Amino acid sequence: MSTNERWLLPQGIDESLPAEAARLESLRRKLLDMYASWGYQLVMPPFIEYLESLLTGTGHDLDLQTFKLIDQLTGRSMGVRADMTPQVARIDAHRLKKDVPNRLCYIGTVLHTRSDGFGGSRSPLQVGAEIYGHAGVESDVEVLCLMLETFNTAGIKDVFVDIGHVGIFRGLAKQAGLDEESEARLFEMLQRKAIPEIEQFLAELAIDKDVGGMLRALADLHGNADVLKRAEQVFVKADPLVKDALQYLVTTANQLQRRMKDVRLHFDLAELRGYHFHTGIVFAAFVAEQGQEIARGGRYDDIGKVFGRARPATGFSTDLKSLVNLSAGVNQVISSSAIFAPGNNDDSLHKAIAELRAKGEQIIEELPGQTAGAAEMNCDRVFVQRDGQWLVEKA
Amino acid sequence: MNNIITIALSKGRIFKETLPLLEAAGITPKDDPETSRKLILDTNHDDVKLVIIRATDVPTYVQYGAADLGVAGKDVLMEHGGDGLYELVDLHIAKCKLMTAGLNDYQPGEGRLRVATKFVNVARRYFAEQGKQVEVIKLYGSMELGPIVGLSDLIVDVVDTGNTLKANGLKPIDHIADVSSRLIVNKASLKTKHDRIQTIVDQMSKAVKHD
Repeated sequence: MSTNERWLLPQGIDESLPAEAARLESLRRKLLDMYASWGYQLVMPPFIEYLESLLTGTGHDLDLQTFKLIDQLTGRSMGVRADMTPQVARIDAHRLKKDVPNRLCYIGTVLHTRSDGFGGSRSPLQVGAEIYGHAGVESDVEVLCLMLETFNTAGIKDVFVDIGHVGIFRGLAKQAGLDEESEARLFEMLQRKAIPEIEQFLAELAIDKDVGGMLRALADLHGNADVLKRAEQVFVKADPLVKDALQYLVTTANQLQRRMKDVRLHFDLAELRGYHFHTGIVFAAFVAEQGQEIARGGRYDDIGKVFGRARPATGFSTDLKSLVNLSAGVNQVISSSAIFAPGNNDDSLHKAIAELRAKGEQIIEELPGQTAGAAEMNCDRVFVQRDGQWLVEKA
Repeated sequence: MNNIITIALSKGRIFKETLPLLEAAGITPKDDPETSRKLILDTNHDDVKLVIIRATDVPTYVQYGAADLGVAGKDVLMEHGGDGLYELVDLHIAKCKLMTAGLNDYQPGEGRLRVATKFVNVARRYFAEQGKQVEVIKLYGSMELGPIVGLSDLIVDVVDTGNTLKANGLKPIDHIADVSSRLIVNKASLKTKHDRIQTIVDQMSKAVKHD
């Protein structure tokens, strides 16, 4: 590296300058306060832990996304978290050990080996919320509402929510008797909705025609609520597991629509984000001007098992930096309201400054030898001494 | 950009053969990319635009939502990996084959093969499936030259008539995949502009000529 490139940051790694940092911090506080008002307690998982606990039960994708290093104390492999959800699940299952429904939220930087599209960043500021200990539509609807409330707080409008259910594909794959490899290949094609390939692949497989037809239909089952009606007709001959999953999806959509009147729902029965990790409803949020999802989540009931206690779980997460970039007030300058105090070793001035700071005012003290005045220091008011009294006047 | 539907196309064969399909969806461009220098072409609809880009860039534009729809060859999609986009329809246009080729007197020998190609990922995957470890040399064009000047033992390239290979004393060897162009769609666009995009997809897909 040449000396004039020493300032370069690695690809996908960024930093926030004061204006952006102020917006990030302001939204962070608002969100955490809002989550607290819904009864979600904040937890702070570690930035780094042993790979076994970080990756157990999460699938191959997260493994590839995780930066790894060796612990010099023990020789064991450690990973820098690429997703905080499994960490929070571990905290619930292993550390808190409560049998009541448990609501947790978290925020922190995660690190990805490869950018997964959240604006090309490899270090998103992940923020999310999870409910443990309740299996049912109500907790799924609650996290969906909380996700929508998150966008509301961030000032992001016109959000589309895309919902699916992994039980539908899983049930059909079981009904078709697909082996692990065929299921994985079909899954991969479905994620691309590569209809020509799906048709060819299904024709090659020796499976029941009805089931084949239903698997083929998955790729077309996306759109507004009509999709659910179409799906009921398509899945007449499907395994009860598939019908249950579809019914669950219908109930969730109805409840969500009742609670959030103007939510725009989109259904996609072939969209299976985090298929290896999720066990029920899966969802993602989209906005029109963004080519990729801006938040995602779903139900994952099995993950606690590897930590000793299987607890039903559902939640969502998003990236605070993306939210700030998408929010309506992104270009609005947070107006400065500060008071400039002259460099003066006067006890009564120090007292006046302390009193105003206690009231929440921002006061910037002049340093000896500085030529910049109130305007250059972004202060709209100044301290002036009149008749031995320190008063605040307009700059 | 919110209400505009952008379709990414590459110049040449794909553009020409996509035109009748677009017409079936009621979309006709106002300019011809062969004569116009514009990169964004207006169409008979105010809210539908065409962007004319390099073929290998089409999946990238669509993946990141810079274009809602696109037409890309299966060869380009295989190389790209297809992450983050939907490959809804086989348009049955711009057909060719992805093949390996070598000199007319090529004999598979011992040792590690050198393969020149612009389809680096496809080549590596294909030879790995064959149980062969190869050295892949990335080139941007005129792959046929590779074996002639001794840069590589084999090439991986799309073959249409085979005339270019023949003219350079090369023969096609193994068939990797059949290639035709696919209609690809950005994931978010299919959700946020579902009805309009689905209409275009349905109309184009109805106009596809199967053979």
